[in-house]
Amino acid sequence: MATRTVAIASGIGLHARPASLFVQAVAATGLPIKVGRVGGPAVDARSILMVMGLGVKHNEEVELTAEGDGADAALDSLVELLSRDLDAE
Amino acid sequence: MITGIGVSAGVAIAPIVKVSPPAGVDAAEAPTTDAAAAAAQVAQALADVAASLQARAAAAPEHSKAVLEAGAMMAADPGLQSSIEGELQAGKGVTAAVADAVGEYANMFLALGGYMAERVTDLFDVRDRAIARLRGLPEPGIPDFDTPSILVAHDLAPAETALLDPDLCAGIVTAAGGPTSHTAILAAQLGIPAVVQAAGIMDLDAGTVVAIDGSAGTVDVNPSEQAQAALLDRHQRRQAAISDSTAPGATKDGHPVALLANIGTVADARAAAALPVEGVGLFRTEFLFLDRDDAPSMAEQAATYGEVFEAFAGRKIVVRTLDAGADKPLRFADLGPEENPALGRRGLRLGMIREDLLDAQLRALAVAQKGTGADVWVMAPMVANVTEAKWFAAKVRAAGLPKAGVMIEIPAAAMRAQDILAEVDFASIGTNDLQQYTMAADRMAGELARLLHSWEPAVLDVIGAACVGAKANSKPIGVCGEAGGDPALALVLVGLGVTSLSMAPKKAPAVRTALALHTLEECQALAHVAAAAFTWEQARKAVLARANPVLADLI
Repeated sequence: MATRTVAIASGIGLHARPASLFVQAVAATGLPIKVGRVGGPAVDARSILMVMGLGVKHNEEVELTAEGDGADAALDSLVELLSRDLDAE
Repeated sequence: MITGIGVSAGVAIAPIVKVSPPAGVDAAEAPTTDAAAAAAQVAQALADVAASLQARAAAAPEHSKAVLEAGAMMAADPGLQSSIEGELQAGKGVTAAVADAVGEYANMFLALGGYMAERVTDLFDVRDRAIARLRGLPEPGIPDFDTPSILVAHDLAPAETALLDPDLCAGIVTAAGGPTSHTAILAAQLGIPAVVQAAGIMDLDAGTVVAIDGSAGTVDVNPSEQAQAALLDRHQRRQAAISDSTAPGATKDGHPVALLANIGTVADARAAAALPVEGVGLFRTEFLFLDRDDAPSMAEQAATYGEVFEAFAGRKIVVRTLDAGADKPLRFADLGPEENPALGRRGLRLGMIREDLLDAQLRALAVAQKGTGADVWVMAPMVANVTEAKWFAAKVRAAGLPKAGVMIEIPAAAMRAQDILAEVDFASIGTNDLQQYTMAADRMAGELARLLHSWEPAVLDVIGAACVGAKANSKPIGVCGEAGGDPALALVLVGLGVTSLSMAPKKAPAVRTALALHTLEECQALAHVAAAAFTWEQARKAVLARANPVLADLI
């Protein structure tokens, strides 16, 4: 199982457009990926409702986990995505 | 024939399209026994909703695309699907499972507050569409239509009317709503004939042809050929009676009554500026403040005001400072819920609590005024007494703005207009709110529409009192509610002493014509006749009986 930790760079947190872009990127990997606060419960990262429901704010850290072929590469690309201020782009 | 209240003049004959209310949970549905089959049925409904929202997003204008796409994404959400499956396994029926699963997410979003709480509307929209599909009922909201049709609804929400295409919407009829409801104001702005309070209109089937008269408030179902001809004849008489003069508003004997436009956006300003109006009598500034997380900066406000002022260069512009409160809440100035928002911390009351907002707005208006050299008059909404009027006028003058005024919407301010006008340069009567406060009847409550007629003699008395106070100070007093756009009532208002009338700009030609047919003395006699009546019906009838007969063709 692959795991990564990343701080949310988007100014408005993991909401709205950033959340939508993240969920779309997760779906594109085709892998079952989970996201949650470090040490907190993890939710299905393909669900925009669950991701937004976490209420993760700017600069908060989240933990991503994935299993299967290409899990490491998939998480690396998601970490890169969340490290950008998606709302400003 | 269905009779309601005509709120936007004009006639239309067309088939109806119906705005369906949400179907809601099917109280009679069977509990789920085969969870897998039920889950597949719900998944199909949600997939259909997602596909239809996605298709609408593709065709939608840029500003509404994002909302539709977000809805499509929610409908296709695997998290929602698995929550629904959980409810189905617990034995709930299909529509109850959808409603309850959505309800849980809604509560979660509401608890997060702010931006997330507002997404609840989108979530409920997905729920209502999915449930409608599961029950085999029409999806809620305005259906797509591509031939001119008359829109029929219980009532219309602002979000629904924002998407209306005025070229296809030939008319609007609602079962609820009142003369000052959102539907009425929007229809008048777009120049679409409209009737509200049309009892039984929702019983008609979609596609039924109706003929509506937005002045008389009548809806003729399956009209005969003669009835259609008579309606069109009436419409032609009206068009013929309206003079094509574009001269400044004045009575027959030359007493000037400025005809002004009510506007609420930069686009409104540009559209109205092309019409023969003498300026803006009410520039509502709320659009800059609603639907956002932070207050607009001084610079952003100044730039927007500047655009409006430029559109009306050389003409007068009356600006109303921010009119928000519990009914139109601002995310960045939420004072919390109130038991009775109409009587709460709204209008200038909010400005006195959040002085920073008012100061920034006045500074921005001053910057835009100096930049454009426009003839800017600034007034405060919901002023109750002299103390408030003085406080506001001092602020306006300190900001370097030339004219300070007040809205007269509270009967107390009308009764003491003489004291208030001594402190300010002008006043403008907001008849919509003045009616609701005079009659103690919520203007949003359609069932109370019978108490909310602008012709109500008591309301005319209160307006008259305000005019007396203005006259004693030789100060101008305008009307900027819907009443000012009624050609017959306009005569009465002028007779009472009103010096300018502001309205949806499409109403100005009929009002200009009515004024030009009567002298000031005749208007005063009509005001007297109206005030002498016992009921609003009598007041209106008596005025029409005494006025120039052409007036009957104008309304």
